[in-house]
Amino acid sequence: MNIHEYQAKEILRDYGVAVPNGKVAYTRQEAVDAAKSLGTDVTVVKAQIHAGGRGKAGGVKVAKNLDEVRTYADEILEKTLVTHQTGPEGKEVKRLLIEEGCDIKDEYYVGLVVDRATSRIVMMASEEGGTEIEEVAAETPEKIFKEVIDPVTGMMPYQARRLAFNINIPKEQIGKTVKFMLGLYKVFDEKDCSIAEINPLVTTGDGNVMALDAKLNFDSNALYRQNDIHELRDLDEEDEKEIEASKYDLSYISLDGNIGCMVNGAGLAMATMDIIKYHKGDPANFLDVGGGADAEKVTEAFKIILSDKSVKGIYVNIFGGIMKCDVIADGIVEATKQMGLELPLVVRLEGTNVELGKKILDESGLNITSADSMADGAEKIVSAVN
Amino acid sequence: MSILLNKDTKVIVQGITGATGLFHTKQAVEYGTQIVGGVTPGKGGTEIEGIPVFNTVENAVKETGANASVIYVPPPFAADAIMEAADAGVELVITITEGIPVTDMIKVKRYLEDKETRLIGPNCPGVITPEECKIGIMPGYIHKKGHVGVVSRSGTLTYEAVHQLSTEGIGQSTAVGIGGDPVNGTSFIDVLKLFNEDDDTKAVIMIGEIGGTAEEEAAEWIKENMTKPVVGFIGGKTAPPGKRMGHAGAIISGGKGTADEKIKTLNDAGVEVAETPAVMGETLISVLKNNGIYEACVTHAVNK
Repeated sequence: MNIHEYQAKEILRDYGVAVPNGKVAYTRQEAVDAAKSLGTDVTVVKAQIHAGGRGKAGGVKVAKNLDEVRTYADEILEKTLVTHQTGPEGKEVKRLLIEEGCDIKDEYYVGLVVDRATSRIVMMASEEGGTEIEEVAAETPEKIFKEVIDPVTGMMPYQARRLAFNINIPKEQIGKTVKFMLGLYKVFDEKDCSIAEINPLVTTGDGNVMALDAKLNFDSNALYRQNDIHELRDLDEEDEKEIEASKYDLSYISLDGNIGCMVNGAGLAMATMDIIKYHKGDPANFLDVGGGADAEKVTEAFKIILSDKSVKGIYVNIFGGIMKCDVIADGIVEATKQMGLELPLVVRLEGTNVELGKKILDESGLNITSADSMADGAEKIVSAVN
Repeated sequence: MSILLNKDTKVIVQGITGATGLFHTKQAVEYGTQIVGGVTPGKGGTEIEGIPVFNTVENAVKETGANASVIYVPPPFAADAIMEAADAGVELVITITEGIPVTDMIKVKRYLEDKETRLIGPNCPGVITPEECKIGIMPGYIHKKGHVGVVSRSGTLTYEAVHQLSTEGIGQSTAVGIGGDPVNGTSFIDVLKLFNEDDDTKAVIMIGEIGGTAEEEAAEWIKENMTKPVVGFIGGKTAPPGKRMGHAGAIISGGKGTADEKIKTLNDAGVEVAETPAVMGETLISVLKNNGIYEACVTHAVNK
């Protein structure tokens, strides 16, 4: 789960991790009031959307007085920002962060991730702040330093010190940087983050070390024990169909194509998208109905697929193992009738009682094409929508 | 022979009285797996389906001599259950549970470092040695005893591969689901090593997906060490970056973990990768033929 920058900074502040003073604003007036109460010479107006690259897209402006704050707030609020992370449709700005400007001396990078290879949390740091870490990794990998953290002890001060010295933090600011890094690790560990990225971390003219930007992502598997984080979820930032699907325990991801997919199991669902593409079709979504594909689940899945108006046909690919094919076929027939489905529907069933399942589909009198194999089904649906 | 499991494996079920645990326990018993006990704290001393239930894993192991455990307990309690099994000295712990917080798994892995226990999963279908022992949620009947090892990050895609093999007369030595989470107990390499050393396994099919670099690491290992042919498949060629595709671990982030990169690395290591999921079986068969071991891998007649 993602949260906004201003929310991330509030969490960091609670843990004693230094961030600039700032406030969230939903309207132009709130933006001006926030700037007034900050009382600094320079104020930064920052668009709050769940995507990076906001600066380049015109979502971050530096204001020298309250009039400029008003102008920029006006300009950015309700604007649709298109960045390399939003997709071509962009995202509408509904919130702003109004923040004190700071006198930046140098920019650095600090990030925490779960490293799969070591099964540990790893802190990465670099003196190439402000640049994307992937870019640094590709061009100057020697400038990225890593510390692997033992979950028994947590991050130790010597590790933070080593990182700080390695990225050439001035010695006067080592102490503050160590405190920053240890605090950031604590947030990651206690709040069940999956990513914590501070880019840039800055040293300032008055000798401070703080997070100019902050990105925190959270492990959705751990939200059951992070109620305060769960409350920060911003549904405006999420795909409506994905939200609807999650209510029914369906795993759904929107894509750009026109063939709706309904599959059981995440791996098979991905593979089904791939085989549609292989046969020159375009999947409209990833959808894993899970182990028990009964009539109710299939109906909900159909509804979600059909709420995407670009869908011209549906491909159901189910490997019925424990769940028997005749039961699944009954569910599909029931759901098709209930929905009054008119689009081409290709169903590939395999597994227990497959013959019985196919018979149910064939004898339903409905416009359902049954497929003999995964490839056969993909070919049939692609030709049906083209 | 086979890897990890055989007809002598004695299994306890942690979370045996829950709906999922009980359902799959019955299926396993029907398949012929020796389920010798179950653990549900507070229900010790009772029986379910004729299987004795214990309060602790320690007691269950002491009373039954179990050497394997399967875990169906809900995600908030699963990490604790794994550690309890390891503490009781269980050699093989297979965790089916999906949705365990990743920080819990980091602690589990650390805890297991000085233990003898091998953890499979979590978020996996389990392990099956056909016609001998089935631990997990896979449909038993699609598997046939034979000589091809299967290792996979995905459940249904494993069934798909196994089904394609069985319907072509190619049986399997053991099929191992290593799970779809970013932090798991057993890697592709761990399983490949076991298959490499298993006399009964003549070839391996390895099914990966987007996210992480486990397939790339496996490719390197195969290149250096594997003496048997390996065929691959990677799911998620069409997955968009930055989106979690169902499995917690199936995500392309920072340009890393793409299917194309994995396929390329596997090809470079001499691993033939099936172009679509529909031809996993076919691809393996052609590789078996090229290596002159097809006849040796045909284990049963099929009706076509």
